Amino acid sequence: MGRRNSRGSRTPIPSVCEVFVKNPEINIRGLTRRFAQSTAVDHIDLTVSEGDIFGLLGANGAGKTTVIKMLTTLLGPSAGTATVAGFDIVSQAHEVRRRIGYVPQMLSADGALTGYENLLLSARLYGVAEKRSRIEEALAFMGLGEYAGRLVKTYSGGMVRRLEIAQSMLHRPAVLFLDEPTIGLDPVARRAVWVHLKELNKDYHITILLTTHDMEEADNLCNDVAVMHTGQIAAHGSPEALKARVGHHATLEDVFAHFSGELEETGRLRDTAETRSSARHRG
Amino acid sequence: MQRILRETLAIADVELRKLVRDPTELVSRAIQPMLWLVIFGQVLSQIRGIDTGKAGYLGFMTPGILAQSVLFSAIFYGIAVIWERDLGIVHKLLVTPASRVSLVLGKAISANFRGIVQTAVIYGIASALHVPIRWELAAVLGVLLIVALGSAIFSMFSLSIACIVKTRERFMGIGQVLTMPLFFASNAIYPLDIMPRWLRIVATLNPLTYVVDGLRGLMVHGEQSLYGFGTDCTVLCFTFAVFLAIAVKLYPQLVR
Repeated sequence: MGRRNSRGSRTPIPSVCEVFVKNPEINIRGLTRRFAQSTAVDHIDLTVSEGDIFGLLGANGAGKTTVIKMLTTLLGPSAGTATVAGFDIVSQAHEVRRRIGYVPQMLSADGALTGYENLLLSARLYGVAEKRSRIEEALAFMGLGEYAGRLVKTYSGGMVRRLEIAQSMLHRPAVLFLDEPTIGLDPVARRAVWVHLKELNKDYHITILLTTHDMEEADNLCNDVAVMHTGQIAAHGSPEALKARVGHHATLEDVFAHFSGELEETGRLRDTAETRSSARHRG
Repeated sequence: MQRILRETLAIADVELRKLVRDPTELVSRAIQPMLWLVIFGQVLSQIRGIDTGKAGYLGFMTPGILAQSVLFSAIFYGIAVIWERDLGIVHKLLVTPASRVSLVLGKAISANFRGIVQTAVIYGIASALHVPIRWELAAVLGVLLIVALGSAIFSMFSLSIACIVKTRERFMGIGQVLTMPLFFASNAIYPLDIMPRWLRIVATLNPLTYVVDGLRGLMVHGEQSLYGFGTDCTVLCFTFAVFLAIAVKLYPQLVR
Protein backbone atom coordinates (compact mmCIF):
# COMPACT_ATOMS: atom_id res chain seq x y z
CA MET A 1 0.00 0.00 0.00
CA GLY A 2 1.27 3.44 -0.81
CA ARG A 3 1.54 5.71 2.18
CA ARG A 4 3.16 9.01 2.82
CA ASN A 5 6.69 8.73 4.07
CA SER A 6 8.01 10.82 6.92
CA ARG A 7 8.74 13.75 4.60
CA GLY A 8 5.19 13.85 3.39
CA SER A 9 5.69 12.70 -0.20
CA ARG A 10 3.79 9.73 -1.51
CA THR A 11 5.49 6.45 -2.28
CA PRO A 12 4.39 4.69 -5.49
CA ILE A 13 1.29 2.55 -5.21
CA PRO A 14 1.15 -0.84 -6.94
CA SER A 15 -1.20 -0.76 -9.88
CA VAL A 16 -3.46 -3.52 -8.47
CA CYS A 17 -4.02 -1.49 -5.33
CA GLU A 18 -4.70 1.62 -7.40
CA VAL A 19 -7.60 -0.18 -9.02
CA PHE A 20 -9.12 -2.07 -6.12
CA VAL A 21 -8.12 -0.47 -2.81
CA LYS A 22 -8.07 3.17 -1.83
CA ASN A 23 -5.78 4.40 0.96
CA PRO A 24 -7.46 5.45 4.18
CA GLU A 25 -6.89 9.22 4.34
CA ILE A 26 -8.57 9.44 7.74
CA ASN A 27 -8.42 6.52 10.13
CA ILE A 28 -10.27 6.82 13.44
CA ARG A 29 -10.13 4.17 16.16
CA GLY A 30 -12.08 4.46 19.42
CA LEU A 31 -11.96 8.25 19.32
CA THR A 32 -13.57 9.74 22.41
CA ARG A 33 -13.93 13.23 23.80
CA ARG A 34 -15.34 13.84 27.24
CA PHE A 35 -16.17 17.23 28.70
CA ALA A 36 -16.85 17.87 32.37
CA GLN A 37 -20.35 16.45 32.46
CA SER A 38 -20.86 14.85 29.09
CA THR A 39 -19.30 12.64 26.44
CA ALA A 40 -19.48 14.54 23.15
CA VAL A 41 -17.83 11.79 21.09
CA ASP A 42 -18.04 8.22 22.31
CA HIS A 43 -15.61 5.60 20.96
CA ILE A 44 -16.12 6.12 17.25
CA ASP A 45 -14.40 4.12 14.50
CA LEU A 46 -14.34 5.51 10.97
CA THR A 47 -12.30 5.27 7.82
CA VAL A 48 -12.39 7.85 5.06
CA SER A 49 -10.74 6.76 1.83
CA GLU A 50 -8.47 8.90 -0.31
CA GLY A 51 -10.44 10.92 -2.84
CA ASP A 52 -13.78 10.53 -1.06
CA ILE A 53 -16.26 13.23 -0.24
CA PHE A 54 -17.38 12.04 3.17
CA GLY A 55 -20.43 13.45 4.95
CA LEU A 56 -20.75 13.39 8.71
CA LEU A 57 -24.45 13.82 9.37
CA GLY A 58 -26.24 14.45 12.62
CA ALA A 59 -28.48 16.81 14.53
CA ASN A 60 -27.10 19.77 16.49
CA GLY A 61 -25.09 18.44 19.42
CA ALA A 62 -24.55 15.01 17.88
CA GLY A 63 -20.77 15.46 18.12
CA LYS A 64 -19.90 16.32 14.50
CA THR A 65 -18.05 19.55 15.26
CA THR A 66 -16.14 17.91 18.12
CA VAL A 67 -14.95 15.20 15.71
CA ILE A 68 -13.77 17.86 13.25
CA LYS A 69 -12.05 19.79 16.04
CA MET A 70 -10.15 16.67 17.06
CA LEU A 71 -9.19 15.73 13.50
CA THR A 72 -7.96 19.27 12.81
CA THR A 73 -5.88 19.19 16.04
CA LEU A 74 -7.88 21.97 17.71
CA LEU A 75 -8.98 19.65 20.49
CA GLY A 76 -7.18 16.69 21.99
CA PRO A 77 -9.05 13.40 22.32
CA SER A 78 -9.81 11.94 25.76
CA ALA A 79 -9.20 8.43 24.39
CA GLY A 80 -8.62 6.64 21.11
CA THR A 81 -6.45 7.47 18.13
CA ALA A 82 -6.80 8.98 14.68
CA THR A 83 -4.54 9.58 11.73
CA VAL A 84 -5.07 12.17 9.02
CA ALA A 85 -3.06 11.87 5.81
CA GLY A 86 -1.02 9.19 7.53
CA PHE A 87 -0.07 11.25 10.60
CA ASP A 88 -1.26 10.92 14.18
CA ILE A 89 -3.42 13.85 15.30
CA VAL A 90 -1.76 14.05 18.72
CA SER A 91 1.89 13.07 18.34
CA GLN A 92 2.26 14.48 14.79
CA ALA A 93 -0.15 17.41 15.02
CA HIS A 94 2.17 19.77 13.14
CA GLU A 95 2.46 17.35 10.20
CA VAL A 96 -1.33 16.98 10.17
CA ARG A 97 -1.77 20.77 10.07
CA ARG A 98 0.55 21.05 7.08
CA ARG A 99 -1.65 18.66 5.14
CA ILE A 100 -5.17 19.82 5.91
CA GLY A 101 -7.42 22.69 5.00
CA TYR A 102 -10.23 23.83 7.26
CA VAL A 103 -13.38 25.86 6.71
CA PRO A 104 -15.12 26.51 10.03
CA GLN A 105 -18.87 26.82 10.41
CA MET A 106 -18.71 30.55 11.09
CA LEU A 107 -17.87 32.99 8.31
CA SER A 108 -14.22 33.29 9.16
CA ALA A 109 -12.82 35.43 6.35
CA ASP A 110 -11.74 38.81 7.71
CA GLY A 111 -14.21 41.42 6.49
CA ALA A 112 -11.77 44.27 7.05
CA LEU A 113 -9.33 42.79 4.50
CA THR A 114 -9.69 42.28 0.76
CA GLY A 115 -10.15 38.81 -0.68
CA TYR A 116 -6.55 38.85 -1.88
CA GLU A 117 -5.24 39.89 1.55
CA ASN A 118 -7.15 37.09 3.25
CA LEU A 119 -5.47 34.58 0.97
CA LEU A 120 -2.10 36.26 1.35
CA LEU A 121 -2.24 35.72 5.11
CA SER A 122 -2.92 32.02 4.62
CA ALA A 123 -0.16 31.73 2.00
CA ARG A 124 2.32 33.26 4.44
CA LEU A 125 1.27 31.07 7.37
CA TYR A 126 1.47 27.91 5.24
CA GLY A 127 4.78 29.02 3.72
CA VAL A 128 3.42 28.75 0.18
CA ALA A 129 5.98 29.49 -2.52
CA GLU A 130 4.91 31.58 -5.54
CA LYS A 131 2.20 33.23 -3.48
CA ARG A 132 0.81 35.53 -6.15
CA SER A 133 0.25 32.84 -8.77
CA ARG A 134 -1.25 30.41 -6.24
CA ILE A 135 -3.60 33.08 -4.88
CA GLU A 136 -4.70 34.16 -8.35
CA GLU A 137 -5.25 30.53 -9.35
CA ALA A 138 -7.32 29.78 -6.24
CA LEU A 139 -9.44 32.92 -6.64
CA ALA A 140 -10.03 32.18 -10.32
CA PHE A 141 -10.93 28.56 -9.51
CA MET A 142 -13.59 29.79 -7.09
CA GLY A 143 -14.87 32.41 -9.53
CA LEU A 144 -13.66 35.32 -7.42
CA GLY A 145 -10.83 36.67 -9.56
CA GLU A 146 -12.52 39.96 -10.36
CA TYR A 147 -13.42 40.57 -6.68
CA ALA A 148 -9.92 40.02 -5.29
CA GLY A 149 -9.35 43.69 -4.48
CA ARG A 150 -12.70 44.26 -2.79
CA LEU A 151 -13.12 44.27 0.98
CA VAL A 152 -14.67 40.98 2.10
CA LYS A 153 -17.35 42.81 4.10
CA THR A 154 -18.88 43.78 0.74
CA TYR A 155 -19.10 40.11 -0.40
CA SER A 156 -22.29 38.05 -0.28
CA GLY A 157 -22.45 35.02 2.04
CA GLY A 158 -21.85 32.63 -0.86
CA MET A 159 -18.83 34.61 -2.04
CA VAL A 160 -17.33 34.59 1.45
CA ARG A 161 -17.77 30.83 1.63
CA ARG A 162 -16.09 30.37 -1.74
CA LEU A 163 -13.28 32.67 -0.62
CA GLU A 164 -12.77 30.53 2.47
CA ILE A 165 -12.57 27.42 0.35
CA ALA A 166 -10.02 29.18 -1.88
CA GLN A 167 -8.10 30.07 1.28
CA SER A 168 -8.15 26.47 2.49
CA MET A 169 -6.88 25.01 -0.82
CA LEU A 170 -3.91 27.36 -1.33
CA HIS A 171 -1.35 24.94 0.07
CA ARG A 172 -2.83 21.93 -1.78
CA PRO A 173 -4.04 20.03 1.28
CA ALA A 174 -4.54 16.28 1.21
CA VAL A 175 -7.73 16.58 3.25
CA LEU A 176 -10.21 19.43 3.46
CA PHE A 177 -12.52 19.71 6.48
CA LEU A 178 -15.69 21.77 6.19
CA ASP A 179 -18.03 22.32 9.11
CA GLU A 180 -21.59 22.94 7.83
CA PRO A 181 -20.29 24.63 4.67
CA THR A 182 -23.58 25.89 3.26
CA ILE A 183 -25.60 26.67 6.35
CA GLY A 184 -27.47 29.94 5.91
CA LEU A 185 -26.71 30.28 2.19
CA ASP A 186 -29.45 30.80 -0.37
CA PRO A 187 -30.14 27.89 -2.77
CA VAL A 188 -28.14 29.41 -5.64
CA ALA A 189 -25.08 30.09 -3.48
CA ARG A 190 -25.43 26.64 -1.92
CA ARG A 191 -25.35 24.93 -5.31
CA ALA A 192 -22.38 27.05 -6.39
CA VAL A 193 -20.46 25.84 -3.34
CA TRP A 194 -21.38 22.22 -4.16
CA VAL A 195 -20.13 22.59 -7.72
CA HIS A 196 -16.84 24.05 -6.54
CA LEU A 197 -16.34 21.37 -3.91
CA LYS A 198 -16.90 18.63 -6.49
CA GLU A 199 -14.42 20.29 -8.85
CA LEU A 200 -11.92 20.68 -6.05
CA ASN A 201 -12.23 16.99 -5.21
CA LYS A 202 -11.90 15.95 -8.85
CA ASP A 203 -9.31 18.41 -10.18
CA TYR A 204 -7.02 18.61 -7.14
CA HIS A 205 -7.68 15.10 -5.73
CA ILE A 206 -8.49 16.51 -2.32
CA THR A 207 -10.29 14.23 0.13
CA ILE A 208 -13.17 16.12 1.69
CA LEU A 209 -14.85 15.57 5.05
CA LEU A 210 -17.84 17.78 5.70
CA THR A 211 -20.45 17.93 8.41
CA THR A 212 -24.03 18.77 7.58
CA HIS A 213 -27.60 18.22 8.60
CA ASP A 214 -28.78 19.12 5.12
CA MET A 215 -29.68 15.78 3.52
CA GLU A 216 -29.92 17.28 0.03
CA GLU A 217 -26.33 18.42 0.42
CA ALA A 218 -25.17 15.01 1.60
CA ASP A 219 -27.05 13.26 -1.21
CA ASN A 220 -25.66 15.63 -3.81
CA LEU A 221 -22.04 15.70 -2.69
CA CYS A 222 -21.06 12.66 -0.68
CA ASN A 223 -20.15 9.19 -1.84
CA ASP A 224 -19.85 7.98 1.75
CA VAL A 225 -21.73 9.14 4.86
CA ALA A 226 -21.98 8.41 8.56
CA VAL A 227 -24.86 9.41 10.79
CA MET A 228 -23.86 10.53 14.29
CA HIS A 229 -26.24 10.39 17.20
CA THR A 230 -25.37 11.33 20.79
CA GLY A 231 -21.66 11.06 20.10
CA GLN A 232 -21.73 7.67 18.41
CA ILE A 233 -21.81 6.47 14.81
CA ALA A 234 -25.35 5.24 14.32
CA ALA A 235 -24.87 4.21 10.68
CA HIS A 236 -22.13 4.30 8.04
CA GLY A 237 -22.14 3.54 4.33
CA SER A 238 -22.83 4.95 0.91
CA PRO A 239 -26.05 7.01 0.65
CA GLU A 240 -27.58 4.28 -1.53
CA ALA A 241 -26.70 1.49 0.91
CA LEU A 242 -28.11 3.42 3.86
CA LYS A 243 -31.33 4.19 1.99
CA ALA A 244 -31.69 0.49 1.13
CA ARG A 245 -31.23 -0.39 4.82
CA VAL A 246 -34.09 1.85 5.88
CA GLY A 247 -36.55 0.75 3.23
CA HIS A 248 -37.68 0.73 -0.33
CA HIS A 249 -37.95 4.29 -1.74
CA ALA A 250 -36.32 5.74 1.40
CA THR A 251 -34.61 9.10 1.08
CA LEU A 252 -31.51 10.24 2.96
CA GLU A 253 -33.89 12.35 5.03
CA ASP A 254 -35.56 9.10 6.15
CA VAL A 255 -32.15 7.62 6.90
CA PHE A 256 -31.29 10.64 9.04
CA ALA A 257 -34.58 10.47 10.94
CA HIS A 258 -34.30 6.71 11.36
CA PHE A 259 -30.83 6.78 12.86
CA SER A 260 -30.91 10.05 14.80
CA GLY A 261 -34.44 10.02 16.21
CA GLU A 262 -36.91 12.11 14.23
CA LEU A 263 -38.88 13.62 17.10
CA GLU A 264 -36.14 13.71 19.66
CA GLU A 265 -35.10 17.12 20.92
CA THR A 266 -31.37 17.30 20.33
CA GLY A 267 -28.68 19.93 20.36
CA ARG A 268 -27.12 22.10 22.98
CA LEU A 269 -28.03 25.77 23.27
CA ARG A 270 -24.51 26.76 22.23
CA ASP A 271 -24.68 24.68 19.01
CA THR A 272 -28.05 26.15 18.07
CA ALA A 273 -26.86 29.67 18.84
CA GLU A 274 -23.74 29.18 16.71
CA THR A 275 -25.80 27.82 13.84
CA ARG A 276 -28.20 30.75 14.00
CA SER A 277 -25.35 33.21 14.29
CA SER A 278 -23.65 31.74 11.21
CA ALA A 279 -26.90 31.93 9.27
CA ARG A 280 -27.43 35.54 10.35
CA HIS A 281 -23.91 36.57 9.31
CA ARG A 282 -24.54 35.17 5.87
CA GLY A 283 -27.62 37.31 5.49
CA MET B 1 13.67 31.19 13.43
CA GLN B 2 13.14 32.58 9.94
CA ARG B 3 9.78 30.79 9.78
CA ILE B 4 8.66 32.28 13.11
CA LEU B 5 9.69 35.75 11.93
CA ARG B 6 7.78 35.32 8.64
CA GLU B 7 4.63 34.13 10.41
CA THR B 8 4.83 36.83 13.10
CA LEU B 9 5.16 39.56 10.50
CA ALA B 10 2.23 38.10 8.53
CA ILE B 11 -0.04 38.44 11.58
CA ALA B 12 1.28 41.93 12.40
CA ASP B 13 0.89 43.03 8.77
CA VAL B 14 -2.79 42.10 8.77
CA GLU B 15 -3.41 44.10 11.94
CA LEU B 16 -1.57 47.12 10.53
CA ARG B 17 -3.61 47.02 7.31
CA LYS B 18 -6.84 46.97 9.31
CA LEU B 19 -5.73 49.83 11.53
CA VAL B 20 -4.71 52.00 8.58
CA ARG B 21 -7.98 51.23 6.82
CA ASP B 22 -10.11 52.16 9.82
CA PRO B 23 -8.29 54.55 12.19
CA THR B 24 -11.46 55.38 14.19
CA GLU B 25 -10.09 53.63 17.27
CA LEU B 26 -6.90 55.67 17.14
CA VAL B 27 -8.84 58.93 17.01
CA SER B 28 -11.15 57.97 19.88
CA ARG B 29 -8.22 56.77 22.00
CA ALA B 30 -6.55 60.18 21.60
CA ILE B 31 -9.38 61.94 23.44
CA GLN B 32 -8.75 60.48 26.89
CA PRO B 33 -5.08 61.52 27.25
CA MET B 34 -6.03 64.94 25.93
CA LEU B 35 -8.55 65.32 28.76
CA TRP B 36 -6.06 64.10 31.36
CA LEU B 37 -3.33 66.50 30.26
CA VAL B 38 -5.40 69.54 29.30
CA ILE B 39 -7.88 69.47 32.20
CA PHE B 40 -6.59 67.27 35.05
CA GLY B 41 -2.91 68.10 34.49
CA GLN B 42 -3.35 71.84 34.09
CA VAL B 43 -5.61 72.14 37.14
CA LEU B 44 -3.43 69.97 39.40
CA SER B 45 -0.30 71.82 38.33
CA GLN B 46 -1.77 74.97 39.92
CA ILE B 47 -2.02 73.33 43.34
CA ARG B 48 1.69 72.53 43.72
CA GLY B 49 0.82 70.10 46.51
CA ILE B 50 3.10 67.34 45.25
CA ASP B 51 6.85 67.75 44.88
CA THR B 52 7.36 66.49 41.35
CA GLY B 53 10.69 67.99 40.30
CA LYS B 54 11.77 70.80 38.02
CA ALA B 55 9.36 70.12 35.14
CA GLY B 56 6.26 70.81 37.23
CA TYR B 57 3.28 68.54 37.69
CA LEU B 58 2.31 68.56 34.02
CA GLY B 59 5.80 67.44 33.08
CA PHE B 60 5.69 64.81 35.82
CA MET B 61 2.39 63.32 34.69
CA THR B 62 3.01 63.42 30.91
CA PRO B 63 4.94 60.08 30.92
CA GLY B 64 2.28 58.69 33.25
CA ILE B 65 -0.48 59.60 30.82
CA LEU B 66 1.43 58.02 27.93
CA ALA B 67 1.79 54.84 30.02
CA GLN B 68 -1.92 55.02 30.82
CA SER B 69 -2.78 55.30 27.11
CA VAL B 70 -0.58 52.30 26.37
CA LEU B 71 -2.28 50.34 29.15
CA PHE B 72 -5.83 51.29 28.19
CA SER B 73 -5.43 50.59 24.47
CA ALA B 74 -3.65 47.26 25.05
CA ILE B 75 -5.79 45.97 27.89
CA PHE B 76 -8.93 45.71 25.76
CA TYR B 77 -7.06 43.83 23.06
CA GLY B 78 -8.57 40.62 24.40
CA ILE B 79 -12.02 41.68 23.22
CA ALA B 80 -10.79 41.71 19.62
CA VAL B 81 -9.39 38.21 20.12
CA ILE B 82 -12.71 36.94 21.52
CA TRP B 83 -14.44 38.53 18.54
CA GLU B 84 -12.03 36.72 16.21
CA ARG B 85 -12.81 33.48 18.03
CA ASP B 86 -16.55 34.05 17.57
CA LEU B 87 -16.00 34.56 13.83
CA GLY B 88 -13.89 31.40 13.50
CA ILE B 89 -10.72 33.34 12.64
CA VAL B 90 -8.83 31.93 15.63
CA HIS B 91 -9.91 28.38 14.69
CA LYS B 92 -8.52 28.88 11.22
CA LEU B 93 -5.24 30.34 12.46
CA LEU B 94 -4.73 27.47 14.89
CA VAL B 95 -5.29 24.87 12.17
CA THR B 96 -2.40 26.31 10.15
CA PRO B 97 1.11 24.92 10.79
CA ALA B 98 2.15 28.35 12.05
CA SER B 99 3.89 28.35 15.41
CA ARG B 100 1.69 29.37 18.36
CA VAL B 101 4.49 31.72 19.39
CA SER B 102 4.20 33.51 16.02
CA LEU B 103 0.43 33.83 16.22
CA VAL B 104 0.63 35.40 19.67
CA LEU B 105 3.80 37.44 19.07
CA GLY B 106 2.20 38.90 15.93
CA LYS B 107 -0.62 40.18 18.12
CA ALA B 108 1.86 41.71 20.58
CA ILE B 109 3.66 43.53 17.77
CA SER B 110 0.41 44.82 16.32
CA ALA B 111 -0.50 46.27 19.74
CA ASN B 112 2.62 48.39 19.34
CA PHE B 113 1.18 50.18 16.32
CA ARG B 114 -1.47 51.69 18.57
CA GLY B 115 1.16 52.52 21.17
CA ILE B 116 3.30 54.36 18.64
CA VAL B 117 0.34 56.48 17.52
CA GLN B 118 -0.52 57.25 21.17
CA THR B 119 3.07 58.35 21.69
CA ALA B 120 2.89 60.77 18.77
CA VAL B 121 -0.43 62.18 20.05
CA ILE B 122 0.90 62.74 23.57
CA TYR B 123 4.13 64.31 22.32
CA GLY B 124 1.95 66.72 20.33
CA ILE B 125 -0.38 67.62 23.23
CA ALA B 126 2.49 67.97 25.70
CA SER B 127 4.40 70.24 23.33
CA ALA B 128 1.32 72.41 22.88
CA LEU B 129 1.08 72.69 26.67
CA HIS B 130 4.77 73.77 26.84
CA VAL B 131 5.99 70.65 28.60
CA PRO B 132 9.80 70.58 28.16
CA ILE B 133 9.95 67.48 25.93
CA ARG B 134 13.29 65.84 25.18
CA TRP B 135 13.60 65.62 21.43
CA GLU B 136 17.01 63.93 21.21
CA LEU B 137 16.85 60.91 18.92
CA ALA B 138 18.19 58.50 21.55
CA ALA B 139 15.58 59.66 24.07
CA VAL B 140 12.73 59.30 21.55
CA LEU B 141 13.93 55.83 20.53
CA GLY B 142 14.14 54.87 24.21
CA VAL B 143 10.56 56.05 24.71
CA LEU B 144 9.43 53.98 21.72
CA LEU B 145 11.18 50.91 23.15
CA ILE B 146 9.47 51.31 26.53
CA VAL B 147 6.11 51.91 24.82
CA ALA B 148 6.65 48.77 22.70
CA LEU B 149 7.40 46.67 25.77
CA GLY B 150 4.43 48.12 27.68
CA SER B 151 2.04 47.50 24.77
CA ALA B 152 3.32 43.97 24.35
CA ILE B 153 3.04 43.16 28.07
CA PHE B 154 -0.49 44.45 28.51
CA SER B 155 -1.76 42.98 25.22
CA MET B 156 -0.42 39.56 26.27
CA PHE B 157 -1.99 39.99 29.69
CA SER B 158 -5.27 40.92 28.01
CA LEU B 159 -5.08 38.00 25.58
CA SER B 160 -4.49 35.59 28.47
CA ILE B 161 -7.50 36.94 30.37
CA ALA B 162 -9.60 36.61 27.17
CA CYS B 163 -8.55 32.96 26.84
CA ILE B 164 -9.71 32.30 30.39
CA VAL B 165 -13.02 34.22 30.46
CA LYS B 166 -13.89 33.50 26.79
CA THR B 167 -16.88 35.87 26.50
CA ARG B 168 -16.96 39.56 25.69
CA GLU B 169 -19.38 40.35 28.52
CA ARG B 170 -17.16 38.79 31.17
CA PHE B 171 -14.07 40.35 29.65
CA MET B 172 -15.56 43.86 29.72
CA GLY B 173 -16.28 43.50 33.42
CA ILE B 174 -12.83 42.17 34.24
CA GLY B 175 -11.12 44.72 31.98
CA GLN B 176 -12.78 47.56 33.88
CA VAL B 177 -11.85 46.02 37.21
CA LEU B 178 -8.18 45.62 36.20
CA THR B 179 -7.35 48.87 34.47
CA MET B 180 -8.08 51.41 37.19
CA PRO B 181 -6.21 49.54 39.99
CA LEU B 182 -3.24 49.05 37.65
CA PHE B 183 -3.26 52.76 36.89
CA PHE B 184 -3.75 54.07 40.41
CA ALA B 185 -1.36 51.54 41.97
CA SER B 186 1.51 52.96 39.94
CA ASN B 187 3.64 56.07 39.83
CA ALA B 188 1.71 57.49 36.85
CA ILE B 189 0.16 60.53 38.54
CA TYR B 190 1.95 60.66 41.90
CA PRO B 191 5.44 59.64 43.01
CA LEU B 192 6.10 56.39 44.86
CA ASP B 193 7.53 58.13 47.93
CA ILE B 194 4.23 59.74 48.94
CA MET B 195 2.38 56.41 48.81
CA PRO B 196 1.57 54.46 51.96
CA ARG B 197 3.91 51.49 52.40
CA TRP B 198 1.43 48.82 51.30
CA LEU B 199 0.61 50.72 48.11
CA ARG B 200 4.31 51.24 47.39
CA ILE B 201 4.81 47.47 47.59
CA VAL B 202 1.90 46.89 45.20
CA ALA B 203 3.25 49.57 42.86
CA THR B 204 6.69 47.95 42.89
CA LEU B 205 5.11 44.72 41.65
CA ASN B 206 3.07 46.55 38.98
CA PRO B 207 4.71 46.50 35.50
CA LEU B 208 3.08 49.85 34.72
CA THR B 209 5.36 51.46 37.34
CA TYR B 210 8.42 50.42 35.29
CA VAL B 211 6.83 51.67 32.06
CA VAL B 212 6.19 55.05 33.69
CA ASP B 213 9.64 55.16 35.30
CA GLY B 214 11.36 54.36 32.02
CA LEU B 215 9.38 57.03 30.20
CA ARG B 216 9.94 59.57 32.94
CA GLY B 217 13.68 59.34 32.58
CA LEU B 218 13.56 59.83 28.80
CA MET B 219 10.61 61.99 27.88
CA VAL B 220 10.77 65.26 29.80
CA HIS B 221 13.64 67.58 30.74
CA GLY B 222 14.01 67.91 34.50
CA GLU B 223 12.46 64.52 35.33
CA GLN B 224 14.40 61.48 36.47
CA SER B 225 14.02 57.73 36.43
CA LEU B 226 14.01 56.14 39.88
CA TYR B 227 15.29 52.71 38.86
CA GLY B 228 17.25 53.60 35.70
CA PHE B 229 16.61 52.70 32.06
CA GLY B 230 18.51 49.38 32.26
CA THR B 231 16.56 48.11 35.25
CA ASP B 232 13.23 49.23 33.78
CA CYS B 233 13.97 47.47 30.48
CA THR B 234 15.16 44.31 32.22
CA VAL B 235 12.04 44.10 34.39
CA LEU B 236 9.79 44.80 31.39
CA CYS B 237 11.53 42.24 29.15
CA PHE B 238 11.27 39.59 31.87
CA THR B 239 7.57 40.42 32.45
CA PHE B 240 6.91 40.25 28.72
CA ALA B 241 8.59 36.85 28.46
CA VAL B 242 6.41 35.52 31.29
CA PHE B 243 3.16 36.90 29.82
CA LEU B 244 4.11 35.72 26.32
CA ALA B 245 4.67 32.18 27.64
CA ILE B 246 1.30 32.27 29.42
CA ALA B 247 -0.51 33.61 26.34
CA VAL B 248 1.09 30.98 24.06
CA LYS B 249 -0.07 28.28 26.45
CA LEU B 250 -3.61 29.64 26.78
CA TYR B 251 -4.31 30.78 23.19
CA PRO B 252 -5.27 27.32 21.82
CA GLN B 253 -7.73 26.91 24.71
CA LEU B 254 -9.82 29.73 23.28
CA VAL B 255 -11.39 27.38 20.72
CA ARG B 256 -11.98 24.38 22.99
